[in-house]
Amino acid sequence: MITDAFVEAGRLLIRFDAELMEILALSMQVSSLALLISVVIGLPVGALLAISRFPGRRIAITVLNALLGLPPVVVGLLVYLMLSRSGPLGVLGLLYTPTAMVIAQVVLITPIIGALSCQVIEDLHHEYDAQFQSLSVPRTTAVLAYLWDARYSLITAVLAGFGRAISEVGAVIIVGGNIDHLTRVMTTAIALETSKGELAIALALGIILLSIALIVNAVVMILKTQAKRMAYV
Amino acid sequence: MHTLSIRKILLSLVVLPLAANLAMAESIIVQSTTSTKNSGLYDYILPIVQKETGLTVNVVAVGTGQAIKNAERCDGDVLLVHAKASEEKFVKDGFGIERFDLMYNDFVIVGPSSDPAKVNGMKDVTGALTKIANSKALFASRGDDSGTHKAELRLWKGANIDPTGASGQWYRETGSGMGATLNTSVGMGAYVLSDRASWANFGNKGDFKIHVEGDSALFNQYGVIRVNPAKCPSTKVQAGQKFVDWLISERGQNTIASYRVNGDQLFYPNAN
Amino acid sequence: MSKTQPPLLPISTHGLSLTVQGRALLDNLNCHLSGSGITLIMGPNGAGKSLLLRCLHGLIETPAGMVRFAGEPLNAEIRYDQAMVFQHPVLLRRSVEANLRFVLGYRNTNPNHTVDALLARVGLSEKTKQPARLLSGGEQQRLALARALACTPRILFLDEPTASLDPASVFLIEKLVCEARDQGTKVLFISHDIGQAKRLAEDVLFIHRGRVAEHTPASTFFTSPESEAAKAYLSGDIVL
Repeated sequence: MITDAFVEAGRLLIRFDAELMEILALSMQVSSLALLISVVIGLPVGALLAISRFPGRRIAITVLNALLGLPPVVVGLLVYLMLSRSGPLGVLGLLYTPTAMVIAQVVLITPIIGALSCQVIEDLHHEYDAQFQSLSVPRTTAVLAYLWDARYSLITAVLAGFGRAISEVGAVIIVGGNIDHLTRVMTTAIALETSKGELAIALALGIILLSIALIVNAVVMILKTQAKRMAYV
Repeated sequence: MHTLSIRKILLSLVVLPLAANLAMAESIIVQSTTSTKNSGLYDYILPIVQKETGLTVNVVAVGTGQAIKNAERCDGDVLLVHAKASEEKFVKDGFGIERFDLMYNDFVIVGPSSDPAKVNGMKDVTGALTKIANSKALFASRGDDSGTHKAELRLWKGANIDPTGASGQWYRETGSGMGATLNTSVGMGAYVLSDRASWANFGNKGDFKIHVEGDSALFNQYGVIRVNPAKCPSTKVQAGQKFVDWLISERGQNTIASYRVNGDQLFYPNAN
Repeated sequence: MSKTQPPLLPISTHGLSLTVQGRALLDNLNCHLSGSGITLIMGPNGAGKSLLLRCLHGLIETPAGMVRFAGEPLNAEIRYDQAMVFQHPVLLRRSVEANLRFVLGYRNTNPNHTVDALLARVGLSEKTKQPARLLSGGEQQRLALARALACTPRILFLDEPTASLDPASVFLIEKLVCEARDQGTKVLFISHDIGQAKRLAEDVLFIHRGRVAEHTPASTFFTSPESEAAKAYLSGDIVL
C-alpha cells in the first residue's frame, strides 16, 4: 500500500496531472492568502501584547494561548454559521467559495501567529527594554524594531501558521464544501479519496503535501542558519 | 511557459478567490448525499450538464440529514438526497418547491468473506439482520442521520430489533460518511449496510463482498427538490430549475442510466 | 562639533530609597551634583551605584524620594537629553551602521552626527557592514558609546563601560568621554578602576550601603578620603 502510494505520487507529479495541479494551486493560494492576512493581524497584536503593560494583559495572553487549541471543525462551524445564507453575513454569498476557506483559515491561524510572536518578542523585549527606554524610542518605532529584529524567530511562528493552514481539513471542508474545480484543496481531496477507499491515491496526495512542507521548511532552515552565523537570531 | 513574478503571485492570491466568487453567478450549489458523489456519478454527468445547459453545478456532498439541514439554511439551490419521508417533510415545511423521483438503486449488506453470521446468499434482509444480532457479529452503522442510516434503522425496526442497546459492543456507530464507514468496517471485519453504488466504486474492499441483496425492502429511492425562493430569496430559481429539468428529462434520465462502473449500471432512472 | 546645550545642573536626589523584598538597596540617598565635568561614582559591589544611575535615568519605576535636574523632576524631555552606556552593551540584531541609523532615524540629532563621522570617531569605520553582535567586546562598547553620543546628550551615564575591555578600547572610550565633557556634557561614570578614576574624575561620589558615604573633589578623595568605607576601599580592603 505504502509503496503503491509513492509510485502513485511519482506518477501524478511526473505526468504534471492537471487536476492535481489545480488542487495544489488552490491549496497554496488559499493558505498563502490566509497566512498573509494572519501575519498582518497577528504579528502586531503579538508584539503589542508582548511589550505593553495594561490591566488584563495576562488574561488576554492566556486567552490567545488557549485559542491555539481551537479545533478546526469548530472554526469551520462558526464561520459556516456566519456565512450561511441564513446567517448574519449570508448576503455576501461567500459560503462554498475559496474566500470562505481563507476566512476560516485566518480565524484558525491568527491566534497561532499572535501567541507565538508574543512569546518570541517577550524574550527580545526582556533584552532590549532598558536600552529602548534609555534611547526614548517611540512606541511604533519600537514595535517595528522588535518585529524586524525578531524576524528570524518569527519565521518559525509564521511557518507554524502556514503548516496549520495548509494541512487542516476540518474547517475548509465545512465552509468550502470540497466542490470539484472550485473549493477542492489537497486536504479535502485526501478526505474524499479516503472515503472512496482509494487509499493509495489519498496517501500519494499526502506525500505530495508533505513534500511541499519539507521544501518550505528546508528553505527556512537555510535562512536561519545564515542568520545565526550573523548573530541575528 | 511563463515566468512567475512576486507581483503576479500576489495578484493571483487576491484575484483568484474573488474571481471564483464571480464565477458562481453562472452556477448553482447542490446539497447532495455522498453516495452519488463517491460513486462517480457527478463526475460523469456534470460535464455533460455543463456542455448542454452551460450550467456549472457545484456539489456539496454530505450526509442526507446534513444536506437537508444545509438546504433549510438556504445554503443550496437544489437538494439531491435519498430519504423520501424527510424529503416530503422538507417540501411540506415550505423549504422545497416540489419533489421528483429521480432514480433508484438498492442497498446491500456487505461483510467479511468469513461471514461469521452465516448470512451469505440470503435475500431476506430481516432474517439476515436477525442472524447478525443473534450471533453478535460486528455490524457498523453510519450513525450520522444520513439517508443510508435512516434506511438501516428502518430495516432493524422491520426485524423488531433495537441494536442501539448494543452500541459500542457488536453494534458500532461510526458517525461518519459512507466511505469512512466502509473503511472502518473493512478494518474491523464488521457487516455494514451500503448503497450499491458506493460499494461498487469503493477502492478498499479488502476481502469484503456482498452477502445480502435483492430484498424489496432494500430499495433505495433518490429524489431531487428545488429550494423554495419564498423561504430562501437568494436561491437561484431559474438555474436550479434548469438543472432539475435536465435531470428528469429523457436526455438526463438516459445519461444516468448509461453510467457504468466495471460494466455495471449503478443508478436506474425512474422520474415520471 | 557644535556646542551642546548647557548641562541640566544641579542634579540632586533627596531621600531616594528603594526597597526590594525587605532589603533597602537605596537607603535615603541624598546627593547634590552642581559641578560640570566628570563625576566618578565609586563604591563596593552592591552599594547601589547602578541603581542610582538607573533612578536618575528613569529606568526604575517607583523609587521613593525625589530626583531633580535643574530643579525639575525627571520627565520625558529631560530623559531625551540623557544617554546611558550599560556595562553589557545591548545592540540590535543588525549591522554596525544599521545600529546607528536606527537612532538617527527617529531622533532630532546634530546634523554633524552622520553614521560615517560617528563610526570614525569610535574607530569602527572598517566594520560598518559587519553584524554588530559579532564585534569584540571592546568594539561593541565603542559602538554603544557612538550610539549614546549620537543622541547629543546633556547628561551621559556610564555604568562600568570599560570593565574587562582591551586597553585600546579603554583608551578610546576615555578619550571620547573627555571630548564629550569638553563640549559641556555632564558625565556620571561608575568605575572600580582607581587608576581610571584618577585620570577622569573632577569629583567622586562614594556610595556605601545605599547611601552617599562621601562626596569630595578628586584632588582630596584619593589622598585623604573622609569616610572609613572609602579609606578601606582605596587601601584595597574588602568592603562589605
